[in-house]
Amino acid sequence: MIELRNISKSFSGRMILSGVSTCFEKGHINLVIGGSGSGKTVLMKCMVGLVEIDDGELLYDKKMFSGLSRAERKPFRQEIGMVFQGGALFDSLTVEQNVMFPLNMFTDLSIQDKRERVNFCLKRVNLEKVNQLSPSELSGGMKKRVAIARAIAPNPSYLFCDEPNSGLDPKTSIVIDNLIKEITEEFNITTIVNTHDMNSVLEIGDKIIFLHQGKKWWEGTVNDILQTDNQELNDFIFASKLAKGVKQKYGKN
Amino acid sequence: MNWLFHLGRYWMFIKEMLSRPEKLSIYWKQLLRELDNFGYGSLGIVALTSVFMGAVITIQTVYNLVNPLVPMSAVGIVARDSIILEFSPTMMSLVLAGKIGSSIASEIGTMRVTEQIDAIEIMGINSASYLSLPKVVAAILIFPFVVIISMFLGIFGGWIAGTLAGVISSADYINGIQDSFVPFNIVFALIKTVTFAFLITSVAAYHGYHTEGGALEVGQSSTNAVVYSSILILVFDYILTQLILT
Ligand SMILES: Nc1ncnc2c1ncn2[C@@H]1O[C@H](COP(=O)(O)OP(=O)(O)OP(=O)(O)O)[C@@H](O)[C@H]1O
Ligand SMILES: [Mg+2]
Repeated sequence: MIELRNISKSFSGRMILSGVSTCFEKGHINLVIGGSGSGKTVLMKCMVGLVEIDDGELLYDKKMFSGLSRAERKPFRQEIGMVFQGGALFDSLTVEQNVMFPLNMFTDLSIQDKRERVNFCLKRVNLEKVNQLSPSELSGGMKKRVAIARAIAPNPSYLFCDEPNSGLDPKTSIVIDNLIKEITEEFNITTIVNTHDMNSVLEIGDKIIFLHQGKKWWEGTVNDILQTDNQELNDFIFASKLAKGVKQKYGKN
Repeated sequence: MNWLFHLGRYWMFIKEMLSRPEKLSIYWKQLLRELDNFGYGSLGIVALTSVFMGAVITIQTVYNLVNPLVPMSAVGIVARDSIILEFSPTMMSLVLAGKIGSSIASEIGTMRVTEQIDAIEIMGINSASYLSLPKVVAAILIFPFVVIISMFLGIFGGWIAGTLAGVISSADYINGIQDSFVPFNIVFALIKTVTFAFLITSVAAYHGYHTEGGALEVGQSSTNAVVYSSILILVFDYILTQLILT
């Protein structure tokens, strides 16, 4: 469980997040949605400590995370897996070495065991026979999937995914969504996903928070979203004709 | 007071870089890779520049030697000493600042703007140290060998050029380079080399590490790395010469 209490962040005087409070449950998929530039990535980076918050508190399973030094955060690090919006694969390493990287860092497994784990993770993201390729030889969607494999390799307890299925075709996108859902439930992970993919919202969202103008504008479940009459949220989510249809069919009004 | 800001941040970066590595085994592979990269990878350019540098020094010294009372072998002495004391350590470092400095800055800068450094940090790895320390250590270990090779090639280049042009006899040159040799000069040259190796790699890593933005800024960092490390090489060349040779 990750708890946010009044998180604020500004960059050179420009307020990006102001007073965001919420709670992300273990074993559930927590979605953060919001328009481009609404601060989803910044919020996620604040949560993992890549960006220091200006104000507020962050707790990981009741343990204080904000305000700690790098050394004090060390025990949390092994438990955190993150998929960056751009993939952030290491260019100089092969796919296999990329996925193995956190294993080298955190475990003392033998090389065979590590290889096995790597292959297992790559298989889960539907990638095979790419072990020896370098990231520059992969398509955008393949990079994303390698990034996901790297994030789940060390069996994290907290999984952060910044738009894991942007740039994927609808079918692979569903595979990734389902994978995230499976491992979240199987290993009881606290998972937080930034997305603006409507399909993911409706398919895997257990809890959804909507960022707008730097604030947590709305929070609720998938059912709530279909019923809500929050104007900004409706404008954002049900912008397309298709989505409007969904709302008309399953939601109210 | 821009330079004060950089000085302070550079100092913090160095402290961060030198803090205790978390897992030595992951540094080892990096170190070997960089040793190969910096050593073997720069032999070509070093060989080429050294031979020409020695050739030019020798021919110029002959040209400047107008006094008939000074024996021709003095050309060998002058060429040898200027190559060992100044040209090999300083000029090779400037060449390497261009070659290695820019590549370090753009490598680390690219990792910064594509969030690869964040991906390293998220695993609790001290990224400043993980990315820079193997490079700094590799340069400190390998540059002295590169510079010694450069000294030999420079002196050799002088011999070739001098004899080919017919401005000095082989015997005079060889007598000269053996005459009144001061072994400490080599030590001094290597002290300079090690200092420059540290400066080139750490300044380049610093500029790469603090890149902000995108591809354009990576290019700028790379340019800054070369400019600032070249200036620092010349400043420290002067300081060390003043401190040690006077
Ligand atoms: N390091 C930074 N320095 C200054 N401003 C920043 C920085 N990082 C992000 N911002 C600003 O914060 C705002 C939110 O950015 P963020 O990347 O979080 O958006 P996002 O919700 O993830 O958008 P997208 O869906 O396009 O990824 C943007 O206006 C951006 O300009
Ligand atoms: Mg984003």
